[in-house]
Amino acid sequence: METKNIMIVGVGGQGSLLASKLLGRLLLTKGYDIKVSEVHGMSQRGGSVVTYVRFGEKVYSPVIDKGQADFIVSFELLEAARWTEFLKPGGKLIANTQQINPMPVIIGAAEYPKDLADKILAAGIDLDAMDALSLAEEAGSAKAVNLVLMGRLSKYFDIPEEEWLQAIEASVPPKFLDMNIKAFKLGVNA
Amino acid sequence: MKQLMLGNEAVARGLYEAGCSFVSSYPGTPSTEITEAIAKYPEVYAEWAPNEKVAMEAAFGASVAGRRSFCGMKHVGLNVAADPLFTISYTGVNAGMIIGVADDAGMHSSQNEQDSRHYARAAKIPMLEPSDSAEALEFTKLAYEISEKFDTPVLIKMCTRVSHSQSVVATGDRVEVLKEYEKDIPKYVMMPGNAKRRHPVVEARTRALVEYAETASVNRIESGESRQIGIITSSTSYQYVKEVFGNTYPVLKLGLIWPMPEKKICDFAASVDKLIVIEELDGFIESHCKNLGLACEGKEKFPCIDELSQNAVADAMGKTHESGIKLGEVIPARPPVMCAGCPHRGLFYTLKKNKLTVLGDIGCYTLGAVAPLAAVDTVICMGASVSGLHGFSKSQQGAMDNRTVAVIGDSTFMHSGITGLVNMAYNESNATVIIVDNSITGMTGHQQNPTTGFNLKGDPCAKIDLETLCRAVGIRRVRVIDPYDLAQCDEVIKEELAANEPSVIISRRPCALLKYVKHKKPLKVDADKCVGCKACMKIGCPAISIIDGKAKVDETQCVGCGVCEQLCKLGALKEV
Repeated sequence: METKNIMIVGVGGQGSLLASKLLGRLLLTKGYDIKVSEVHGMSQRGGSVVTYVRFGEKVYSPVIDKGQADFIVSFELLEAARWTEFLKPGGKLIANTQQINPMPVIIGAAEYPKDLADKILAAGIDLDAMDALSLAEEAGSAKAVNLVLMGRLSKYFDIPEEEWLQAIEASVPPKFLDMNIKAFKLGVNA
Repeated sequence: MKQLMLGNEAVARGLYEAGCSFVSSYPGTPSTEITEAIAKYPEVYAEWAPNEKVAMEAAFGASVAGRRSFCGMKHVGLNVAADPLFTISYTGVNAGMIIGVADDAGMHSSQNEQDSRHYARAAKIPMLEPSDSAEALEFTKLAYEISEKFDTPVLIKMCTRVSHSQSVVATGDRVEVLKEYEKDIPKYVMMPGNAKRRHPVVEARTRALVEYAETASVNRIESGESRQIGIITSSTSYQYVKEVFGNTYPVLKLGLIWPMPEKKICDFAASVDKLIVIEELDGFIESHCKNLGLACEGKEKFPCIDELSQNAVADAMGKTHESGIKLGEVIPARPPVMCAGCPHRGLFYTLKKNKLTVLGDIGCYTLGAVAPLAAVDTVICMGASVSGLHGFSKSQQGAMDNRTVAVIGDSTFMHSGITGLVNMAYNESNATVIIVDNSITGMTGHQQNPTTGFNLKGDPCAKIDLETLCRAVGIRRVRVIDPYDLAQCDEVIKEELAANEPSVIISRRPCALLKYVKHKKPLKVDADKCVGCKACMKIGCPAISIIDGKAKVDETQCVGCGVCEQLCKLGALKEV
């Protein structure tokens, strides 16, 4: 099979590393070759972050380049807009509609673009937008946005839910398992 | 068993399986996780040293004593350790010794983009360069064999994309390696007479390693369908080449990047119509090929700036690829910022308010240079704030003494700030050093250091007392402040700048992200009192925004530090 490319983008501290860990674990059980490229260090401090997940028969490059992503899962709307160029023709953008102001916007040096979701759609991008923050809060924690979005992503994969749940169990602390599973399921059904 | 591992974790696994029993490192992105991962194996002694020079010398001591050893660092850390590096090359080792160095092409978290491969040639030490996690594990084990067979330390060169990418590895079992210590003055005492006899040994070793490189399996040729082009590459560049070209062209993949084979490269060049070298940063392999008299292309196609990628390789080689849709919209940048509740924020606000010149240093507090605080004037390298302050202050003959400070973190101060402070005390500069003590090494992801009272394994250990240390080197004025208390910060900084002798202020408050730090409830804005004056926005807190003319606190981020509350003259920001 051709290598599949998933990008997870968001704001440092939103929990994208857990999402990529979960995906890596799940795909390894399916027997794929996998590369997951992460961001550590300074850019994690509230900056724009991106994680690349690639899987297939044989994966070479650890990164995904412009025009190559099958899926971009964005934890934040501005970040979704920032990375659209990385989608391949026909690729899908799953985006949390939550808005987090970056520092240039906070201090008034730049504006957060208005109606971004509409503009992304108008540009001809296949956007699946959802309010993952509300669903995460419904599940019990605003921090579970990552699991809500993974639930949404799972709808586009031919992998039984049971296997996703096993990967979640292996990736999160036991005391947060129920909350994370609830968030995942809310994402699936949203 | 097959598992996904970070490149750095795979190096640690390789160390474990090869019987490494001593590790000493200083954290630095992207190298840090090697040492964090090895610390989880109970068979291996592992520690954070105060800096890379100490780490390398400790690892050398362990090797001489007969234990396989390792020290890990980022590229700029190797500069700090360059002094022992060049002489350990002369002594060689007893049990194997590996130096792990991780470059940061693209400068994701670094102050420069140096290419550490030059050190291998300059110090005449072999260097292995893995291109994924499986090779990271395999090359680490091989490095100990090379180290002991050729009596040399061995460099393993990682880079951000190999260090911080997970890929599939198969793990094996551990072997134990123990050697006896034998006193050997001509080998280990590098005074001129002995060193003169060791230098020819080093040159002979390099010639022997070139011979080894000719047949080493880590330097492999992969055949291609067309011989119009032949590509020499290594590390992550190899992955980009394979991604773009698959088996189209023959590839010579170098795993041993120094010393390089000569015959193998010449034979490869002769077997293709055109030779192209594809490597990140400097033209290191390319220079070697040109020294061998080979015609090749390299840096005229591939820049020595920034990382490569599959599209960068395709573009330079004239191969088309897909492109995506770029929005017409201006997307504001999202630079990293100090976290909500960061103890550095109150301090930098005070420095800015007093219009001070600030010589900064390496750590999260480098972010004090970012708007709206923009309170930092220089950042160079670990420790340069303190020594730079001395030069700045002395050269101004006192004219700037009441307006200039150095800001350095607790871990960075232990790393290389102490000697700068000794210079200030000894050569009597009248300036003020502020140690921002957040009780952890923050930027690299919370590593312990000599001031925290815990070691790498998380066990309680000796704790260096900063106040006592500063007094011991001759600084009589040492004050401690709480950076959440803006009035106290302002008062003490003014007093110490006015004092007629060097002084140290310790701005002490643990990092807000530490698990043991208890957060207060988020502050609330009283909309009746808030007039939208934006006084609270001066501190650049990511938890505060102005929405519809009123301040709003993001409850998911605010930790109730109360710094903004002190800036609101109307009492609109309140604890609830």
